[in-house]
Amino acid sequence: MAIQNIRECSVLRLTVNNHPGVMSQVCGLFSRRSYNLEGVMVRPIVDTDGKLSRMWLLLDEPDKVAQIMLQTEKLEDVLDIERHTFNDSVFDKASSFFREESDN
Amino acid sequence: MSDTANSPQPEAPQTFSGAQIIIKLLERQGITQIAGVPGGASLPMYDAIAGSSIKHILARHEQGAGFMMQGMARVTGDAQVCFASSGPGATNLITAVADAQLDSIPLIAITGQVPQHLIGTDAFQEIDTFGLMLPITKHNWLVKSAEELLTVIPEAFRIALSGRPGPVSIDVPKDVQNEIIEIKEWPAIGVPSAAPKFDEKEVEAMLTQIRAAKKPVLMIGGGIVYSGASEKLREFAEKMDIPAVQTFMGLGVLPDDHYLSLGMLGMHGARCTNYMLEECDMLIGLGVRFDDRATGKISAFCPNAEIIHVDIDKSEIGKLKNPTLSILADVNEVLEIANRNLETMERPAWRQRVDELKAAHPLVLDGQDDLFRPYGAIKAVADILDDTANITTDVGQHQMWVAQAYPFNRPRQWVSSGGLGTMGFGLPAAIGMALAQPERKSICFSGDGSLMMNIQEFATAAEEGLDVKVILLNNGHLGLVRQQQTLFYDDNLSAVKYQQRTNFTMAAESMGVKGVDLATSENPLEDLRAALLETGPCLINIPIAASEMVYPMVAPGGANADMIGGEA
Repeated sequence: MAIQNIRECSVLRLTVNNHPGVMSQVCGLFSRRSYNLEGVMVRPIVDTDGKLSRMWLLLDEPDKVAQIMLQTEKLEDVLDIERHTFNDSVFDKASSFFREESDN
Repeated sequence: MSDTANSPQPEAPQTFSGAQIIIKLLERQGITQIAGVPGGASLPMYDAIAGSSIKHILARHEQGAGFMMQGMARVTGDAQVCFASSGPGATNLITAVADAQLDSIPLIAITGQVPQHLIGTDAFQEIDTFGLMLPITKHNWLVKSAEELLTVIPEAFRIALSGRPGPVSIDVPKDVQNEIIEIKEWPAIGVPSAAPKFDEKEVEAMLTQIRAAKKPVLMIGGGIVYSGASEKLREFAEKMDIPAVQTFMGLGVLPDDHYLSLGMLGMHGARCTNYMLEECDMLIGLGVRFDDRATGKISAFCPNAEIIHVDIDKSEIGKLKNPTLSILADVNEVLEIANRNLETMERPAWRQRVDELKAAHPLVLDGQDDLFRPYGAIKAVADILDDTANITTDVGQHQMWVAQAYPFNRPRQWVSSGGLGTMGFGLPAAIGMALAQPERKSICFSGDGSLMMNIQEFATAAEEGLDVKVILLNNGHLGLVRQQQTLFYDDNLSAVKYQQRTNFTMAAESMGVKGVDLATSENPLEDLRAALLETGPCLINIPIAASEMVYPMVAPGGANADMIGGEA
């Protein structure tokens, strides 16, 4: 399903342990509970010696956000979770990378 | 750093292989028995276990090993460990691990994996065990070095036992099992983390609301069993004078004949139980997750009630029912505080109404005096045994008949696959119950469909000489599917009859288990008694009619008030 208005999407900011499998843990949770995950951005957090990663999730689930956060929080490798809006988020700032004709 | 009797700290630095570290750390956790099946990728682990204090039970199938250790975990509340090799060994474990996830059982699955340099090459017996276990465990690991085992094994116990319990899995490549490292000191054993903190004022607020309710009902679930709160729950229910319904996982929390107990609610609950929930003005859910088999159509469940919910899993609160008041906590700690200086109160009008409903719409145990009818067979077994017996089942009609009719009188007496509903659970679970508590009778009610799904474990029961009794309610059909086809598919019976019948007594005998066929018995009740009371594994075949039904029944997706059958 197409997103009605991307600016109404929620953005979750996760701090996670950086090791192979964490992406699977998080993305697997979303697919098996049939939450619509529209976008993912992740990279190691600088100054943590490669131990932690920051993960940003773009979410089109206005009614389920609270439950999604509770389920995500239960994952052992998720250390912190915050809810943000789309505006000024990493997805907003990176919008130019996600156009069909983009050179980026 | 803690020390344990059977595995002290090394006096000087010593070298250990990864496999030896696994076994040492399991010994230090207090593990005494492990069920499993060895294979190429777990050879080092099996080399190490041979010289240890841990007894290995050789299951005939990895799924059997998983369910055996579930049976142990369910009657003790302790975490238990099962072993499998890579590839098919690991995939065979999957169902038992998934079952543990749905019923919140602390099962630790340790699997061998191909050496790390072969991972990703489609090597012999290589499968992505980490990926397969990921969605069906609380947490899982692919261990990259022997050093990592020193944190992963204690963590596995901590996670399996903390908060809402559940399974974890640890995949260990063969080179990690063989890697030699020096150990100066063993890590502390893994213990459960503290339960979430709550404010005593939350309990006071809850008590104020409960006192104000006119027609409250307690809904008690597996959380009460797991937190060891059964005695406190009983005191609370009695002092606050509140009738109680038990979920499938909560059976045994209140004694069967307790004056406040209304047995199981939901799809196969008594009519009076489901009607009472229609009328209640407050539902107090303690250690429950509002499963659809319990609630029926959720929007129609307890339509007039305010909901109070106490649970240790934050994500369960508000997931399906929005409570007016909730406490995130260990329910045992909440009841401890609630029971302090709890003033006794009475609710005569509500009690009278509940008694009216019980009298008008009781659970009808049709045929309970006939050994060759389901309720009759269950009652006969219960009459011969006492409350020390542990009871498990497979999945299907027989499971529901037992849940309805067996007089469970203590927590952890009842062991059954609730959430996943796994046929084949019963026999290996009964073996596990007997391994954990050999002094108790280990009883498995089964059906001919379910028993065939892990029948190979008869050989394990015989090998271990366990006091396991399988009561086979044999109708030659997949009875619960047949029932649904009869009720909801216009009697169009499709793929539910076994044209080739199995001689189960011969099958049992072929694996060293005594077989008793009550169909050919001159004095079936006496033969049943003798078979149950002697020690040792035994299969007891009881033929029943294929037309037997579990009543009442709520249609899947239907409201609990709309029950089929079971009228007084």
